[in-house]
Amino acid sequence: MASDAVKHDYHLVKPSPWPLVGSISATVLAIGLIVGLKGLFGLPKGNWMVLVLGFLGVFYTMFGWWSDVIKEAKVGDHTPVVSIGLRYGMILFIASEVMFFVAWFWIFFEMALFHGARTHSAIDEVRAAWAVWPPKGVETLDPWHFPLINTVILLTSGTSVTWAHHALQHGDRKSAQWGLLITVLLGALFTSVQAYEYREILSEKLFFSPESANAGLYGSSFFLATGFHGFHVLIGTIFLLSCLIRLWTGGFTPKKHFGFEAAAWYWHFVDVVWLFLFAFIYVAFRGTPAG
Amino acid sequence: MASSAHTAHADEHDHKPPFIQRWLFSTNHKDIGTLYILFAIMAGIVGGALSGLIRWELAYPGIQLFKPGSWLAQLGIIEASPHGYNAVITAHGLIMIFFMVMPAMIGGFGNWFVPLMIGAPDMAFPRMNNISFWLLVASWVMLCISLVVDGGPGKGFGGGWTLYAPLSNGTYHAGPALDCAILSIHLAGASSILGAINFITTIFNMRAPGMTLHRMPLFVWSVLVTAFLLLLSLPVLAGAITMLLTDRNFGTHFFDPAGGGDPMMFQHLFWFFGHPEVYILILPGFGIISHIVSTFSRKPVFGYLAMAYAMVAIGFVGFVVWAHHMFTVGMNVNLQAYFVAATMIIAVPTGIKIFSWIATMWGGSIEFKTPMLFAVGFIFLFTVGGVTGVVLSNAGIDYALHATYYVVAHFHYVLSLGAVFAIFAGFYYWFEKMWGVKYNEVLGAIHFWLMFIGVNVIFFPQHFLGLQGMPRRYVDYPDAFAYWNLISSYGYLIMLAGMVVFFVLLAEAAIRRRKAEANPWGVGATTLEWTLSSPPPFHQFNELPKISPMDHH
Repeated sequence: MASDAVKHDYHLVKPSPWPLVGSISATVLAIGLIVGLKGLFGLPKGNWMVLVLGFLGVFYTMFGWWSDVIKEAKVGDHTPVVSIGLRYGMILFIASEVMFFVAWFWIFFEMALFHGARTHSAIDEVRAAWAVWPPKGVETLDPWHFPLINTVILLTSGTSVTWAHHALQHGDRKSAQWGLLITVLLGALFTSVQAYEYREILSEKLFFSPESANAGLYGSSFFLATGFHGFHVLIGTIFLLSCLIRLWTGGFTPKKHFGFEAAAWYWHFVDVVWLFLFAFIYVAFRGTPAG
Repeated sequence: MASSAHTAHADEHDHKPPFIQRWLFSTNHKDIGTLYILFAIMAGIVGGALSGLIRWELAYPGIQLFKPGSWLAQLGIIEASPHGYNAVITAHGLIMIFFMVMPAMIGGFGNWFVPLMIGAPDMAFPRMNNISFWLLVASWVMLCISLVVDGGPGKGFGGGWTLYAPLSNGTYHAGPALDCAILSIHLAGASSILGAINFITTIFNMRAPGMTLHRMPLFVWSVLVTAFLLLLSLPVLAGAITMLLTDRNFGTHFFDPAGGGDPMMFQHLFWFFGHPEVYILILPGFGIISHIVSTFSRKPVFGYLAMAYAMVAIGFVGFVVWAHHMFTVGMNVNLQAYFVAATMIIAVPTGIKIFSWIATMWGGSIEFKTPMLFAVGFIFLFTVGGVTGVVLSNAGIDYALHATYYVVAHFHYVLSLGAVFAIFAGFYYWFEKMWGVKYNEVLGAIHFWLMFIGVNVIFFPQHFLGLQGMPRRYVDYPDAFAYWNLISSYGYLIMLAGMVVFFVLLAEAAIRRRKAEANPWGVGATTLEWTLSSPPPFHQFNELPKISPMDHH
């Protein structure tokens, strides 16, 4: 068995410090979050330095780790069979992300479909607040305004990233760069519109007026569902931006560009999640618009 | 093929990297598997010590340990109060599940033997494999911090491993202990999701030529199903505990009735993860037991395909039975009827497995080496736990038995006795393969018999206590329950003696260093790991093995 020559195409990765560095950073990050929120080990509440330190460590790990992956790809470690493995890995990762959103949709649907169940509450104000939909004091958003604009932005970015992909496959790097640049800008635009909409919700107190004191669940599920989506848009935008930088600096070939494809898959996933958010949270369960 | 990179690898493949690189920066599935097993043994000692505190406390009515002035109070690590008791049972549950059984079965045996059994040189993502391990250590650190910092009512979080709201909200557990525990579970979840991605990719993409899915060893099947359960259920838990975290710290109202929130939703989200989780804990054990029963009966596994697809069926149905943990929350009766029926369905594929193990032994030339003792012990104990599971699956009966010691007895029969016996069975089965030395069969048999008697004496009486109505998670009980509680605590001492023998066995094997054989079990052991030396070379299968239809598992 110990015949010396390696006669297979799998990638036997060299020992790497990144997993350990990453895990230590994750521990610091977790402790930092609790220090900031509650105070821990004599560090006072509101001290966010540990958290920042943890984030720096995590970013450093990501940068170092994925730089190594790119280097390995360049020396040819990503043989056809290894490339298939990377594809499996990305698809499975996206599958787990889908299940993460299941949790947020689940709690939203439980609230929206069964809001009437809360009329059995022991608390008088809760019974009153949830006898109607949307719950008392909550003003839902007009889906055909900013949410529709954001839908169009994301769908357009889905086409521009496909344009970039096809251009790259045909060796037209100029068009690929334009397509990807437009995608990244559209991603940033989506985030900006979303931020503007959040600002409006908060400043106009659409979900959190004194009247809606017993309907806090609406705002909670709205902000966490759309917020985690927005967070994924941000990750996807950064992922696409890193691919754009690689394109500018001569990375990727017409045949081998899995980093780009993974970013595109991730972007489509984010897109689909938005369509579900738009269809259900904004449109289907908008309820009777308040005057 | 990438020549430059591969020549470099070929040079280093026989001599191992230096210590720091080998153990801290590892990218080798066998070394990472070893780290996982050592970690699981460490966590098992801590979790087992905590269960010792529980049995010590419950040996007599009244409060023994969790009061001022006891040796536990003088020790000072754990708060000596009824809240401290609750923190101990919480930590015991979390540690045994996330830091003992899962790392041993999936991280340990899975890492070691999935690549060997499918004829692969390593895992698909060797570096990611290592962060799965180190994130588990990070998670462990957070859990240990949780146990010693302020929880609100006292040191640590005392709301049980299920973290049910409202006990886990900011009113009842205001301190940082639960926040530490939540982030600990986030980290463990990330570790397991990455591990699951790694296993699925390895199994789908790296099987040796000729190793079709239907020729794949049953342990590999079991890990494949387990990995899918992890991949799809853990993110939902991550969502649930994130909601808990934001409820506690950022003013959301997910589980706060005053804001329209619903504490029951936490239970739904939790058990949508929690039920697949219990199959995650037991399925790899099913795989291990199949190999051991076949090896020591010198017969191929009876009904191989049925065995494989029974696990797939258990995995599927495991996703649609979660609310049987919640029969008493005031659920709609029709919904209860559905969850009763769906739960009972699981007895069918489980029965296929039990009967097929028995049929495998039937007419075989059975040899009762230590792994086989544990395997047969597993089949018996798991069947007992399975039968009480069918009892509990009836919503009407569950109304009486919910949150009593009957439930405690049930899940300890399937997990603490089922899963743990499977872990010991696998540990002995692969002992020589992993460590390169032989263990002492006599000590192994003594270990088995002490464990087997001990755990039965601990947990069988708990059925009686449950039927008499003794509730879980209380530090004290009326005198009426004293008799069986004392016997249960004596059982712990017997089991403890068994564990002492286990550590003596480890020391004996380490001191004597009897050289391992490549295949100590003879013709019954047919899977690929037995074709390699013990321990296998640092990188095995530089030339991939070819699997012919005749080498059927």
